[in-house]
Amino acid sequence: MKLLEVRNLKTYFDTREGVVRAVDDVSFSLEKGEAIGLVGESGCGKTTTALSVLQLLPKEGRIAGGEILLNGEDFAAKSEEELRKHRWRDVSIVFQGAMNALNPVMKVSRQIAEALLLHEELTEEEARRRVLALFDLVEISSSLVDCYPHEFSGGMRQRAMIAMALACGPKLIVGDEPTTALDVMVQAQILALLGKLRREFGMAMILITHDLSIVGANCDQVAVMYGGKVAEIGPVGKVLRNPCHPYTQRLLKAFPDIRGEREMVQSIPGFPPNLVTPPPGCRFSPRCDAVREICFSREPAMRCVEPGHEAACHFAEERS
Amino acid sequence: MENAKKLALHRKRKQFVEALFRSKMSLVGLAILVFFVLLAFVGPLLYDYDHQEYGAGEMLEPPSKAFLLGTDDLGRDVLGELIHGAKTSLIVGVLATLISMVIGTVVGISSGYFGGRIDAFLMRVTDAFLVLPWLPLMLVLAALLGSSLWNIVVVIGVTSWAGTARLARAQTLSVKERQFVERARSIGAGHVYIMRKKILPNVFPLIFSNTVLVSAVAILSETTLSFLGMGDVLRPSWGMMLHYAFEAGAVSVGAYWFFVPPGVCIILLVLGFAFLGHSFDEILNPALRRR
Amino acid sequence: MNSEYLLRKIFHSAITLFIVLIINYFLFRIMPGDPVSMIMRNPNANPSMLAQVKSLYGFDKPQLVQFAVYLRELVKGNFGMSFFYRQPVIDVIGSRLFATLVLAFAAEIVAIFLGILLGKIAAVRRGEPVDAAILGFSLVTYAMPTFWLGIVFIAFFCVHLGLFPTVGMYTSGVTFAGFADKAVDLAKHLFLPAVTLAVVIVGGYSMIMRSSLLDVLSEDYITTARAKGLSRRDVINRHAVPNARLPIITIIAINLGFMIAGALQVETVFSWPGIGRLMYEALKARDYPLLQGIFLIVSFCVILANFAADIMYGYLDPRIRY
Repeated sequence: MKLLEVRNLKTYFDTREGVVRAVDDVSFSLEKGEAIGLVGESGCGKTTTALSVLQLLPKEGRIAGGEILLNGEDFAAKSEEELRKHRWRDVSIVFQGAMNALNPVMKVSRQIAEALLLHEELTEEEARRRVLALFDLVEISSSLVDCYPHEFSGGMRQRAMIAMALACGPKLIVGDEPTTALDVMVQAQILALLGKLRREFGMAMILITHDLSIVGANCDQVAVMYGGKVAEIGPVGKVLRNPCHPYTQRLLKAFPDIRGEREMVQSIPGFPPNLVTPPPGCRFSPRCDAVREICFSREPAMRCVEPGHEAACHFAEERS
Repeated sequence: MENAKKLALHRKRKQFVEALFRSKMSLVGLAILVFFVLLAFVGPLLYDYDHQEYGAGEMLEPPSKAFLLGTDDLGRDVLGELIHGAKTSLIVGVLATLISMVIGTVVGISSGYFGGRIDAFLMRVTDAFLVLPWLPLMLVLAALLGSSLWNIVVVIGVTSWAGTARLARAQTLSVKERQFVERARSIGAGHVYIMRKKILPNVFPLIFSNTVLVSAVAILSETTLSFLGMGDVLRPSWGMMLHYAFEAGAVSVGAYWFFVPPGVCIILLVLGFAFLGHSFDEILNPALRRR
Repeated sequence: MNSEYLLRKIFHSAITLFIVLIINYFLFRIMPGDPVSMIMRNPNANPSMLAQVKSLYGFDKPQLVQFAVYLRELVKGNFGMSFFYRQPVIDVIGSRLFATLVLAFAAEIVAIFLGILLGKIAAVRRGEPVDAAILGFSLVTYAMPTFWLGIVFIAFFCVHLGLFPTVGMYTSGVTFAGFADKAVDLAKHLFLPAVTLAVVIVGGYSMIMRSSLLDVLSEDYITTARAKGLSRRDVINRHAVPNARLPIITIIAINLGFMIAGALQVETVFSWPGIGRLMYEALKARDYPLLQGIFLIVSFCVILANFAADIMYGYLDPRIRY
């Protein structure tokens, strides 16, 4: 049985301007210990997808359809009370480490201990010992254990958040742009740490990012998202070497390759689609440079280009 | 060149007025204000009332057909006093606000424009005025000057400018660095010229909405000062009505018709200014859109 | 705490105090006419008082010396002589200070408690009728003259319903059996004035709390707290509110001006024997030394309170503490 199976997930937001279809029929799956990267531009639905797993949506958000099977149980159908028991224990989150991902007026150790005390029967002392052990694991000096978040550097804050995420031994960890605010050296350290811990504890990971280069080195699978839908999905090597969706191809071209020839970095012209009234047909059609008549009227289904590798384009096979 | 600028300004003004009529809050505020302006200036023409006529009716009589809102402690028509007293609150509020706006703008712009020691000094003074308890200060000034309407106007104007000054200074600081100021300086324009022609037009919109809000506070201040006995005995005013109601014991007799209507009018008038001021703020400063 | 922060705050407070002193000093002298004849206008003044005032203010000496004399006397605690009471101003004020402190303290506690509560409800139920009602309440209380509310309360609760006494701090002419009885009597007299005064500030507090909480609720650490499995209530009370209520601390001090204006009116209307009512009486009697003394002392208290609030904020917000 797979660890996580997301089937035809639809997450909508009820706003004053209408219903925003932030996630519109998204499917993917993860085995135990596997890592998938969710890539796409801002607003494409990657964070919303991840938040939907534990139903951590804001007031206006709701799951409008589909299933989220965690070890066979459908989490989309669970009540808030049941979900609370599973949160952090089965799935935890690491946010972008900018200042306010940790509560600024609470000591870091206290925030980590809170997670522990919520899900396990521990005394304050035992909790503290566990916190110190976690600090060790993520290589933060134990002298910082009674400090406040603003006293940590950016990289250390990220480590602290990873420590907190690991506290209850989750099977799946979601990283929402965990390295975006960090400089490149620290970024590499954090990703290395995440990889090591994952292997040690057999954790699966959903890595959300807009940076394709990270995905290549740290994930097994990659799902390229656009306009609330999955544009292309498959093993990371296959997708990166053989991109079949025009969007994926443009994305790759937008990232310069240090080894390749010298060529101009090309950005993708146009704007992201309106998710209240999305364009009929393929959502990428207004910006696609290989667009044809049928793209404007009919939504493309997922077509298999190679085993395990699919793309949502009418002409996916042609580009393979 | 001048024509293009005029056209742009005209368009901005049109946009502003349109936005004003679209916002529910500003419409309510405008309606209230229009009502009270009419009441204050047209009302007296339609409804006769003599402030000096004591004993037109019995003292503290409840509402009746003769006197729709009853009589006060001197037998005067409460409704008449209410209508004729509206003028006082409006005039004092607006005049005092004008004074405070002028002082505040001058201080704020000078402070922001010149910077350095002048800025530090003016800001300390402004801070002091912000911190000072306004009512005791007003009372001391009013006591020294004597109780008359004009003195109240001056007292309120001279004590309420600090908030406007802060605002003007902040806006001046952001405008000061812009290109057209540099350009003007490079062609040798004098300080006053720059402050008047370049900085003031940019500061003005923000000050304007702030001014409407200050008016609301000014009206409340006038009412309070009058209630405490610093008002003008010779003119009808809502504040003085409440002063007499309290002093004459209308409260313990339960003569609600005497003290409730003026209070309600004050609340409505202040709300009118507050609504209008807030909607100005929202329109002119989109960052403040309500959540 | 950060010593640079502390020093800066002390410096600012000192300068503000100095400016207040200068304003106070000049108030009396900038007025048209000889200050001496102004005092003479007061029917209560007599020649010995006049001589005292002359020597006190040193009217025959140069301005700078006069100012120095003024400062020296202030430091000695000599705020002048009250015309009406024929006592040193400082004594008159001192005897009434307690009543105002009791009133202000009670009102502030009610206002903070209610303000945080209402703000929290309004934020958590944003967009619902409750939110609009709380907003409406804040608006109306802002537009309402404090004394008017007091008058209406008296008319309704005291005269019409007879629930509370109208006048004073204690029932006069009564000896109390014990402390408990005295406390109950005080409470009965304190209730309406304190509530009236609280209404003045509660609106502001709840609006600040509401917007502060809405800001906080959109932060990442709130989502993290939810993700950890905390109940909605615990998320709000343990993570959101402790962050959201920090701005209220600063506001308490800034609002002090309103509190004082409100206390003045409430004490006048309810005949509460505090400094506010004292100022009203001094006004009626044109007792200038008393007026000035009250103004000075009240200003000093406000400056002190602002300073204390700055310190407390620096202590509560760990970002400044370290």
